[in-house]
Amino acid sequence: MSLTPLELDKVRSILQREPTESETGIFTVMWSEHCSYKSSRLHLKKLPTGGARVLVGPGENAGIIDIGDGYAIAFKIESHNHPSFIEPFQGAATGVGGILRDIFTMGARPIAVMDALRFGPLDDPANGGRNRRILEGVVGGIAHYGNCFGVPTVGGECVFEPCYNGNPLVNVFALGVFRHDEIFYGRASGVGNPVIYVGAKTGRDGIHGASMASAEFTEESKQKRPNVQVGDPFMEKLLLEACLEAMQTGAIVGIQDMGAAGLTCSTCEMGSRAGTGVEIDLALVPQRETGMTPYEIMLSESQERMLLVAEKGREAEVFAVFRKWGLDAVTIGRVTDDGTLRVKNHGVTVAEIPNRELADEAPLYDRPHDAPSYRTAPMEAPEFASRDIESDLLALIGSGDLCSKRWIWQQYDYMVRTNTLAGPGGDAAIVRIKGTDTSVAMSLDGNGRYCSLSPREGARLLVAECCRNLSTVGALPVAATNNLNFGNPERPEIMAQLVETIEGMAEACRWFDTPITGGNVSLYNETLGEAIWPTPVMGIVGLMKTAPAVTIAFKEEGRSVILLGGLGSSDLTRFGGTQYAKVVLNQMWGLPPALDLDYEKRVQTAIREIVAAGLAESAHDLSGGGLAMALAACSMEGVGAAIELATDLRPELALFHEAPSRILVSSAVPEKIEEIAKRHKVEAARIGVTMKEGIRIRNASVTWIDCPVDRLQQVWESALENHLEPQYA
Amino acid sequence: MRFGVVVFPGSNCDHDAWYAVSQNLGHQAEFIWHDSPALGSGVDAVILPGGFSYGDYLRCGAIAKFSPVMAAVRNFAAEGGLVAGFCNGFQILVESGLLPGALLRNRSLKFVCRPVTLRVETTNTPFTSAARKDQRLRIPVAHGEGCYFADERTLDALEAEDRVVLRYVDNPNGALRDIAGICNERRNVMGMMPHPERASDPLVGSTDGRVILESMVHSLMAAHA
Repeated sequence: MSLTPLELDKVRSILQREPTESETGIFTVMWSEHCSYKSSRLHLKKLPTGGARVLVGPGENAGIIDIGDGYAIAFKIESHNHPSFIEPFQGAATGVGGILRDIFTMGARPIAVMDALRFGPLDDPANGGRNRRILEGVVGGIAHYGNCFGVPTVGGECVFEPCYNGNPLVNVFALGVFRHDEIFYGRASGVGNPVIYVGAKTGRDGIHGASMASAEFTEESKQKRPNVQVGDPFMEKLLLEACLEAMQTGAIVGIQDMGAAGLTCSTCEMGSRAGTGVEIDLALVPQRETGMTPYEIMLSESQERMLLVAEKGREAEVFAVFRKWGLDAVTIGRVTDDGTLRVKNHGVTVAEIPNRELADEAPLYDRPHDAPSYRTAPMEAPEFASRDIESDLLALIGSGDLCSKRWIWQQYDYMVRTNTLAGPGGDAAIVRIKGTDTSVAMSLDGNGRYCSLSPREGARLLVAECCRNLSTVGALPVAATNNLNFGNPERPEIMAQLVETIEGMAEACRWFDTPITGGNVSLYNETLGEAIWPTPVMGIVGLMKTAPAVTIAFKEEGRSVILLGGLGSSDLTRFGGTQYAKVVLNQMWGLPPALDLDYEKRVQTAIREIVAAGLAESAHDLSGGGLAMALAACSMEGVGAAIELATDLRPELALFHEAPSRILVSSAVPEKIEEIAKRHKVEAARIGVTMKEGIRIRNASVTWIDCPVDRLQQVWESALENHLEPQYA
Repeated sequence: MRFGVVVFPGSNCDHDAWYAVSQNLGHQAEFIWHDSPALGSGVDAVILPGGFSYGDYLRCGAIAKFSPVMAAVRNFAAEGGLVAGFCNGFQILVESGLLPGALLRNRSLKFVCRPVTLRVETTNTPFTSAARKDQRLRIPVAHGEGCYFADERTLDALEAEDRVVLRYVDNPNGALRDIAGICNERRNVMGMMPHPERASDPLVGSTDGRVILESMVHSLMAAHA
């Protein structure tokens, strides 16, 4: 882990001398890919970031948007991929801890967490055992941290692909709420103001975590276990309460958490944002180990620590709050007027670096991306013919990506704080904002399979899917955060994936008016030269009036089943990225489903109107597994449906193609839904009627599927558990 | 009626209990910081809320029992005051010796969060007086250590003395004899693993938890009358 010769030259020209050991360490972490976005910054500028609701865009610890009534929400997503591979439990736990601090450092109380997880297949012949252990560890870590901290984990997604065998992904989204006048920034303003360290003591854990996260995995990576931090959610809970209480005193000027690159990052970023200097003495930093060098103290990534700047003379008010919560709070330095980060140790200067250059002048790379984006799948479809379409459906229902994830989310407290109107297992999660009649819906999604076939189209589909999830529960999508998980950007064919993804995402986010207010880029997701698929993950938030949630499941018998958006169409080329191709055919080819952005938007407007008017008893958007999978999902609470289709498509395509812009609705007043659909110029196909017995799908009087609900339930509910729980047969 | 909700470091259902009592039921509720030597005047009933007091270090509830406020809670209970512990609150009550038995790791060895069905075993307590015997209540659990355990003699005594207040219909944690909640001999201290405060608002699911809080209010009003 070091600076390149060119980067070192740049350091020399900034300092006008040779850097000290500590200074080299400081530059190395601040200019790491993880902290500086040096490979992606140029392209991230293409993303829309502004909008009427945006109060704070990218660059702060989290984005903030206005939700009305004087309230605002802060939200962001972050990855903890590399640590979670090396030490799944603590890696995932501290991933949750880190993003929670990003939220409450801005003054917001975290009220929801979601997780996007990617693992290698649990039944992988070579890696299945390790993949199962990683999944169990990651889920346990998320549960451990979130449950104890007291934030509900309200949803997420979990996908299995061989490309994640050596590089699992753990992306954590968090969202918090506060009033406009409670927003705090990470700024070291006011020359002479004290710089105060609060929270856990500093140890040797996590040193160079940020630079570890900016390199590929090799055989030696397992030796990096000490680089993974250990989390203490109890400490974080105390830190949360103490910080929010201390903010109320009015004595705090600026505050920032110590995340990646710890004390280094927080000091220079706070100084840089305020245009000031920061001077600290490391001898004053509370330490948990003896004999730590300045280098180690500056680079430690010990968890549950914050740096704050208080108004001079009012330190006592701040200390009193932290004392009440039993936490360390120590003045370790002061704000200066010279724009310099000056680090002393027992009074001796060990580093002296201009803040702005360190924080904001990291090298910027325009990495070559002129190669075709990397893919191995062919364009042409293989020949295939289903032998038994009903068995195909059951195979899909029991597959890793589509089966019930109850085994996972039942370990998460998804209800604490009593705001959860819709928790895990729905299209989108909904939390109400107490004291208002507004609720916030959120959807987290990613589709590496589509993106590997076409990064640009995949990214557009991803944004559309997230927005559709929100619209399906009745929420208007308003803002987004993204986590870009890719391989080594120094390879042009990987860089091309990143650039195309960002451009596709930018186009779709502009179209849906969902500016990206912040996010994270995780590169070098490769093990032994094998890159993951391009895996952008989006977290999009929407707003709605607080009301009982419309859920996926059919509720009553004899209701009309309407496919809003129509049956859609697909050809063989566009079928190669589907779950059917994956699970049943074990193949992949062609392109992702085609997306008509204009039509998609109209379908979404229509469903929001339908839900808001209370016309839908259930609503579920079509995605992986297409129409048949959506019907099965709607039937899992005991009410199925009799469906009559009239299509020329062959059954595999008709039932399982994944064309977007489609939502399955059940209703007692179908004509009213048709009216709304007509007004928005979208199809509303009445395809059947709900019934108790099961799912029966016929096309032109040929029965394709006829399956009792309990059979579907049994396969769906037990699939994941069968892989994970030891069987004593 | 005035409820005092104790806040330990690491409590995280304190606000939910406060919200259920004050916003859903319309009674008064106040927070009591764990190092207060007294409960404050005018507190009619005490709730020990759920969460992870002291990070569950050592054992769930094992450190919280030494908080200064617990001496006041003990005195309050000794004078006949109503004390209810939900989830971590139940764990603190057994660690404090105000209730018998122990709460062990779930049989699954995993945290479990889901709605469960409870059966009201007795209405002869101030916590269930507004319920019907055998009434089914749909209330969520969310815990890693909720498996109620006691020796056979204690279990027999609890049953003989009609002190098993709630039983699981679908036992989520392996609790002996499906016990979800119990009370003390004097019947003024009750602990239960499920979270009634999470089932007090129609928007977030069931309102079946209200009957626990409402029973407390009725009993207090009857006592004051």
